[in-house]
Amino acid sequence: MIKAILIFNNHGKPRLSKFYEHYTEDTEQQIIRETFHLVSKRDENICNFLEGGLLIGGSENKLIYRHYATLYFVFCVDSSESELGILDLIQVFVETLDKCFENVCELDLIFHMDKVHNILAEMVMGGMVLETNMSEIITQAEAHNKMEKSEVRAALLRSD
Amino acid sequence: MPAVSKGDGMRGLAVFISDIRNCKSKEAEIKRINKELANIRSKFKGDKALDGYSKKKYVCKLLFIFLLGHDIDFGHMEAVNLLSSNKYTEKQIGYLFISVLVNSNSELIRLINNAIKNDLSSRNPTFMCLALHCIANVGSREMAEAFAGEIPRILVAGDTMDSVKQSAALCLLRLYKTSPDLVLMGEWTSRVVHLLNDQHMGVVTAAISLITCLSQKNPDEFKTCVSLAVSRLSRIVSSASTDLQDYTYYFVPAPWLSCKLLRLLQCYPPPEDGAVKGRLVECLETILNKAQEPPKSKKVQHSNAKNAILFEAISLIIHYDSEPNLLVRACNQLGQFLQHRETNLRYLALESMCTLASSEFSHEAVKTHIETVINALKTERDVSVRQRAADLLYAMCDRSNAKQIVAEMLSYLETADYSIREEMVLKVAILAEKYAVDYSWYVDTILNLIRIAGDYVSEEVWYRVIQIVINRDDVQGYAAKTVFEALQAPACHENMVKVGGYILGEFGNLIAGDPRSSPLVQFNLLHSKFHLCSVPTRALLLSAYIKFINLFPETKSTIQEVLRSDSQIRNSDVELQQRAVEYLKLSSIASTDVLATVLEEMPPFPERESSILAKLKKKKGPGAVSNHLLKTRKACLTDIKGISTPSPSADLLGLRAGPPVTAAAPSAGSLLVDVFSEAGVNDDGFLRFVCKNNGVLFENQLLQIGIKSEYRQNLGRMYLFYGNKTSVQFVTFTTTLNVQAKPVEPLIEGGAQVQQVINIECLTDFSDAPLLNIKFRYGGALQNLTLKLPVTINKFFQPTEMASHDFFQRWKQLSLPQQEAQKIFKANHAMDTEVLKAKLLGLGMALLENVDPNPENFVCAGVIQTKAQQVGSLLRLEPNAQAQMYRLTVRSSKDTVSKRLCELLAEQF
Repeated sequence: MIKAILIFNNHGKPRLSKFYEHYTEDTEQQIIRETFHLVSKRDENICNFLEGGLLIGGSENKLIYRHYATLYFVFCVDSSESELGILDLIQVFVETLDKCFENVCELDLIFHMDKVHNILAEMVMGGMVLETNMSEIITQAEAHNKMEKSEVRAALLRSD
Repeated sequence: MPAVSKGDGMRGLAVFISDIRNCKSKEAEIKRINKELANIRSKFKGDKALDGYSKKKYVCKLLFIFLLGHDIDFGHMEAVNLLSSNKYTEKQIGYLFISVLVNSNSELIRLINNAIKNDLSSRNPTFMCLALHCIANVGSREMAEAFAGEIPRILVAGDTMDSVKQSAALCLLRLYKTSPDLVLMGEWTSRVVHLLNDQHMGVVTAAISLITCLSQKNPDEFKTCVSLAVSRLSRIVSSASTDLQDYTYYFVPAPWLSCKLLRLLQCYPPPEDGAVKGRLVECLETILNKAQEPPKSKKVQHSNAKNAILFEAISLIIHYDSEPNLLVRACNQLGQFLQHRETNLRYLALESMCTLASSEFSHEAVKTHIETVINALKTERDVSVRQRAADLLYAMCDRSNAKQIVAEMLSYLETADYSIREEMVLKVAILAEKYAVDYSWYVDTILNLIRIAGDYVSEEVWYRVIQIVINRDDVQGYAAKTVFEALQAPACHENMVKVGGYILGEFGNLIAGDPRSSPLVQFNLLHSKFHLCSVPTRALLLSAYIKFINLFPETKSTIQEVLRSDSQIRNSDVELQQRAVEYLKLSSIASTDVLATVLEEMPPFPERESSILAKLKKKKGPGAVSNHLLKTRKACLTDIKGISTPSPSADLLGLRAGPPVTAAAPSAGSLLVDVFSEAGVNDDGFLRFVCKNNGVLFENQLLQIGIKSEYRQNLGRMYLFYGNKTSVQFVTFTTTLNVQAKPVEPLIEGGAQVQQVINIECLTDFSDAPLLNIKFRYGGALQNLTLKLPVTINKFFQPTEMASHDFFQRWKQLSLPQQEAQKIFKANHAMDTEVLKAKLLGLGMALLENVDPNPENFVCAGVIQTKAQQVGSLLRLEPNAQAQMYRLTVRSSKDTVSKRLCELLAEQF
């Protein structure tokens, strides 16, 4: 099971946090800091897996991460997940974001947090993988976007 | 067209975010946020109804503020209102807010449930998915109660859209995890299993997680999934890379699903049906073969996906552990990966080989890679990988290669990362002991360990070397010689001084014949380290000195002089001072015979599981806590110390045993013992306090003793009230306790009550209660009374709330036979549920609702806090009303605790 999905930048500023187990808000913030601390001090081009921090369950859990330009994508998972599988999943997530935002960058995640959450929700639900097929995920995201646009347009027409 | 166009964001939101990003300081950021919060609050409270767009904007701002780590304590109601909107945009943002910010025990759940109910019956797939997501995110029991019946129906209904089916499967899984008793699969089982055959791969992807979880819990009911999983896997593995279209990932067909199918199969033994098994073996061979084919793409994603499947296949082969042919192929494949240029693959290969090393078919094959693994330990850049290499060396170690592996680990220790040193030390210590053929090698190894990584050598490790030296005559002389040499070093680690002091105190005579290590030389060597050591080590050295006086009478005057010096006999530390005084006295008044008896060589330790092994287990698995064997053992030297007030600080073996085992019998001088016919044993009174803290401990015609007590973590405070029931004074009223207590008023007036406070600290777990001895004169007659103080191990419980899943997982982790204690006994009291609950709560553990599938049963969880360690304990009480019997099962990480809890509790119901 995926326990948490965290995205933060090179300075540790959280850009997305999604926990699939309940923690208090304080603990969540501490987990983000702890995870950043663990991941950011690692060299580039070494292993993408490491044991989780103490707050999120220690050696029971693994952190599987990828570093893209200014952002770290970290998945915290238990032993029931395949490490390489999760690495692929991160790649699917990033490629999907890239398609949806056209060359995704950190600012997109900041200004469209709701969209990022929606795209993630098409992939992972309750800590389990819902869909891995990128085109399916994008189709859903596009459909939602279309719905949103038509509603906005309708609202504008009404207010005119 | 991109799915999200960048221009249509909300302007107000963008401005706010830019403001925050431009803040120069944390203070400025907080100020800006507080301003915004006030603004939003006033908008929400204001008279003007907000339109959907504004509500959405404000909720987005709140989400952003929350992400930055600020508390959001309003807006929940507005979010709930958005749920009932019929516009997608508003509904969606409402659900998002709730999934991020509402926890499972919010009061709003009922309102949210209403909105979900509407959306689930809306037949609009988008709305249904939003609702299902919300249930899966919050996953509270109330939601399970409301929807556990409905969701399986949505999942298997013929007309449900695929995307809804996917969400329904994972939603159900979430509810099953939180409230397994509410999700009744019964009639749905077969239809859920058949989702493995669904045409839509997305549905299979979601359903397989559900099926895997259900299979783990009810393997028999779901075992039909094995053949379906095999045939699905076979179709994927044999398909061409283009067959599965969108589910092909960088030329690999459905890698994620393949991995999950292979994981599902790991829940079961190899298929019995020959045809199914044949097909599966074929699949596994195909996967192994594909690994040797040239890659279809140079991209790392291609090899990742391919190898993800390969590693799962290897895990399955190791899990079956029955096909020697496949095992050897798996081992060879992993061997290739050990030298792969991708760090990730080396990491995973080391990890998989660890499990492979424990299979008898492949242990030898794994051993052939020893050089590569040693090389990895030395040269890998990444500490995670080095750690896996150390794990693998540990796993592949046997008698044939132990010396090589231990030597490599020792040399690695000199440069090892701080984070893994302690674990490495434990591993070296265990291997050295386990595979020691000649014990001089063992002694050398441990002393090297202390020299190289003294700071990381825990008590368990040096206790253990002493245990072994004491138990083996053949190594004692060598050990004495080696520690003597090791102590010559100008700077040696304090742990070395401890081992040295202990061993020379016991066996210094074995090397005393050599003038270079004559008794006085030995003593002077030890004493030269004395001033640099901490109090516990000094205490140990003092004990070694008194042992020297017995071993070598010629050192007596020198040592007495040391003991007599102000720095010892007036030491500000009570323990050191007491030892100095007592040892000095002992050495001057006891005859040689008495000294020889009191200070006799330590008897062999009973052979038990190595405490180091237990310590390693603790480090590896949370909840499993080491048993400090040595701590429960009484060292001989303690017996010569005053029985009246055993000191709380460490003695020779760091022994912090609780109360002495011997119950102080009423003294022979007490003439009126018959007044206290209950004297000596007050088990009844004692047992009444297991589940409560206040009450009357003892009462007879003369005296009433009441107790009030409170406990927090490993500390407790007990108030004892001594009430004189007569009209005559009690004089020279004294109480002695084998724990330190403030003295009590020596005089109790007739009809009066005096109070005594006892502070309690639990150092380690214990079985025997402290004894309280009370003496006083009543009308000239001496009264003497000994009572067990109701301090029991459960008083130091901290309740632990946990969900059912966690409970069972921990329950399984504590599966060693000695970790469990069980009793079946007859009910002594009426089997009233409420009374039982009250008692269990009084015990101090958390009473967990909805964990045991049988509602009649009770399960509890708690952690016993002692100074030395924490002992996690789980309890299950199964009443059988018909037979008027109970079955009580206690599991804890420490065997003595399980046993004691079981004994205490069996008397309570």
